[in-house]
Amino acid sequence: MKISFYLNGKDTCVDVPADRKLVSVLREDLELTGTKEGCGAGECGACTILVDGHVRLSCLMTAAQAQGRRITTIEGLAENGKVHPVQEAFIENGAVQCGFCTPGMVLAAVDLLDRNPDPTREQIREGLSGNLCRCSGYVKIVDAVEAAAGKIGRGKSR
Amino acid sequence: MTTRMIEVGYPVPRFDARAKVTGEEKFAIDYSREGMLWAGARRAGLAHGVIRSIDISQAAALPGVYAVLTRRDVPGTNRQGIILKDQPVLAGRKVRHCGDPVALVLAEDRDVLEKALGLIAVDLEPLEGVFDPEDGLRPDAPLVHESGNLLHKAVIKVGDARKALGECDVVIEDSFEVPAQEHAFLETENGLAWQEEGGRITMVVSTQAPFRDRFEIAHALGLDVEAIRVVSPCLGGGFGGKDGATVQCLLALAALRAGGRPVRMLWRREESFSAGYKRHPVRMRYRVGAMRDGALHSIDCRLIYDTGPYAHLGVEVMALGMEHACGPYRVPNTLVEGLCVYTNNPISGAMRGFGVCQASFGIESMMDQLASKLGMSRLDIRLKNALRRGDRNGAGVTLVHSTGIVPCLEALGGHRLWKQSAKWKSEAGPYKKRGVGIAAVSNAIGYGRGLPDSAIARVDLTKEGKIRIYSSVADMGQGNSNAFVQIAGQILRQDGSRLEIIQPDTDLAHPSGSSSAGRTTYTYGNALIKACEDLREKLVHRATLLLMLDEPAGLVLLPGKVKHLPSGEEVPFELLGRVLSETDRIAVKEFVMPVAQDNVDSAKEFKLGFPHVLFSYAAHLVYVEIDELTGKIDVKEYLAVTEGGRVINPASFDQQVHGAIAQGLGYGLMEEVLTERGKILNPDFTNYIIPTSLDIPDITSVCVETEESTGPFGMKGIGEVGTNAPLPAIAGGVEDALGRRIRRSPLTAASVLAAPGGKGATG
Repeated sequence: MKISFYLNGKDTCVDVPADRKLVSVLREDLELTGTKEGCGAGECGACTILVDGHVRLSCLMTAAQAQGRRITTIEGLAENGKVHPVQEAFIENGAVQCGFCTPGMVLAAVDLLDRNPDPTREQIREGLSGNLCRCSGYVKIVDAVEAAAGKIGRGKSR
Repeated sequence: MTTRMIEVGYPVPRFDARAKVTGEEKFAIDYSREGMLWAGARRAGLAHGVIRSIDISQAAALPGVYAVLTRRDVPGTNRQGIILKDQPVLAGRKVRHCGDPVALVLAEDRDVLEKALGLIAVDLEPLEGVFDPEDGLRPDAPLVHESGNLLHKAVIKVGDARKALGECDVVIEDSFEVPAQEHAFLETENGLAWQEEGGRITMVVSTQAPFRDRFEIAHALGLDVEAIRVVSPCLGGGFGGKDGATVQCLLALAALRAGGRPVRMLWRREESFSAGYKRHPVRMRYRVGAMRDGALHSIDCRLIYDTGPYAHLGVEVMALGMEHACGPYRVPNTLVEGLCVYTNNPISGAMRGFGVCQASFGIESMMDQLASKLGMSRLDIRLKNALRRGDRNGAGVTLVHSTGIVPCLEALGGHRLWKQSAKWKSEAGPYKKRGVGIAAVSNAIGYGRGLPDSAIARVDLTKEGKIRIYSSVADMGQGNSNAFVQIAGQILRQDGSRLEIIQPDTDLAHPSGSSSAGRTTYTYGNALIKACEDLREKLVHRATLLLMLDEPAGLVLLPGKVKHLPSGEEVPFELLGRVLSETDRIAVKEFVMPVAQDNVDSAKEFKLGFPHVLFSYAAHLVYVEIDELTGKIDVKEYLAVTEGGRVINPASFDQQVHGAIAQGLGYGLMEEVLTERGKILNPDFTNYIIPTSLDIPDITSVCVETEESTGPFGMKGIGEVGTNAPLPAIAGGVEDALGRRIRRSPLTAASVLAAPGGKGATG
């Protein structure tokens, strides 16, 4: 089945079975391996992508569900070679360890800050609670999202 | 890379962070090759049984199936195992746990693979199993291996513990139990392998021990070690679970039978649970005796380790647990007995804390109870007995290196969280009970005696004028690569734009052991210092020649060049890279870790892995609040004071401390691999719950710096020590709140309600 969607700013068309997992389409067919798969059951959040700007789990979506949507994977977050403020904050605040949860975590944070530009630490913890990290204990990830919120906020108020 | 100077001692952002936040970093799971086949194992699904027959005909006939292999197709010994080789690559005669592989399928894609695995008919004659290590020791127990169910028995003995118990003013006795814990790294076990023309196998695999993997594969499949190349990209977590063969031997076997096509093997999450390694379940019985002033006089304990059906590192895990069974304390008389028993439960093996996690729960719970019995504070009794440099520890080893548990405990005692604990407890709201727990722990570094703990570092000036480090110890996320970049930056005075690091590749780097045992940065880092100093000397000497100077005096390295300060003349690295011969551009140096010099005259049963001489230390404090109605335990505050020598990167240091605590809190509060007749009941993240961002509080990490004179820039490994304290600290906090001790982990709402003092008992 031919499926068309707008992926990381580009019109994209794939010819795959309609029920193929979207995460496999991204990782295997389109070679966008930044999206990870950690459990295949919607529990770990490593496969997080943005669909029309909202967090979705690509391991729980079929290819057909991507039809006509605007999809952002981690590869599509940087603009003109400049990383997103959330990515920058993850680098600067030591929020990256093994890095396997990082793409999903970053996208979840981007969506969270989109909905709530000035979250408390507790709200950040809630917003990221669907994304498992086994390395960090989350402390520095929460720090990073807090720092990114400040940066984005300052950017907007200017 | 940035043009920031990369130095030791600063929280330099990790060099790998950019590639990881943009998704560019390639893990083993992200590698693929044209024409790739998918390999998968048919698992036994039964914990103990004799294989009557395996019918592969239907699977083999399925379109898209390339090959189906069984034991008969395995060349070589068919045996794997890090020290004792008792684990089959493909089971042929019997199966010993549910995750044993009985057949290997190679298929064109994953869907066909899954379908084919389901079509293999395995006829197993069930055998009675061993599901409890103590049952396994009975004379009439069914045998997991014909050699008997007792894999290993050992005794550590100092003085005369039993006689000394009679001399004590107080003696307390108690028992504890801990279940299996899953590593739960997010990147499951996987790899990609192919046979080159001429037969050589290249494997890109998520592994903590690329160099050892070659020997494992070679032994199991009858290959020449040199005929195997292992490449280990950054791992999506390891924590011990990728130390030892996971996919390696099966994948190499598949590659041998794939007609030159590349083959990928990727364990599904459920498969990772059923076939992967676990933290050992342990049962402990302790008798501890002390004098009226709180001085420990004797410890007599017995630890029983359930190692599952294969040795893996079970004996070494037990050895380390036993070595730490008396805690970071001075005890003149100790008797530590250990039994490591085969069962038909999932395979136990290495996991962060490596046997010490379990023993720390035992000894620290005893210290709390001793404090109560003697009317001392929990802090004072620990300080009274804490090891100081020059003391002998419970295993009889003299601590000649940095020994920082006293400053850790002093810093804890001086912290506001300790000072305010009584006040905080008194402010509990309605239906809440509050308690404060502490724990003092240590963790050995390195392999211990019996096997040299060595590393060989290589650093090059590339032809293009960059400094390139060839790491040979895998980075599973702990940040050792970044420490290496900092070390090279510091010695060679380079900024980020000049430094590169290559992840382990057995064709390019030199054997340096595994990424484990808190040794990774310590051992390789020491070797790298030597290599960088050698390279610096080479570059300065060659620059002397190029500038036609009399002597190297006055020449210094600066980013991208060697500069003669008196004259201002410079030699760019690009020029040096072009004109130097290859041997002049490469520096290779080796380091071997020191071992204990004492003649420890017990525990001769351990041929390797005992004893150790280098330790890191930590003292933790936790505030817990218990909801009396639901039994839920909330961790409100967490303080970790850690001593690991000098700190190469404070941000990486805190990352390790936070992560260790998070895994320790999971172990203490929620994680347990549940089994029924050896079958895992919770083999996925839906049912095996690990901490989320809502379960871990903000952690206060305090560093007590000492100088470890043998460490690179004075450092010691601290990746593991923090895992050992959360469980005993929580257990102490819960006891403080409820007035009763829970002796089995994890401490859940159900165990709180069941404990006398919880609502279940009182209401």
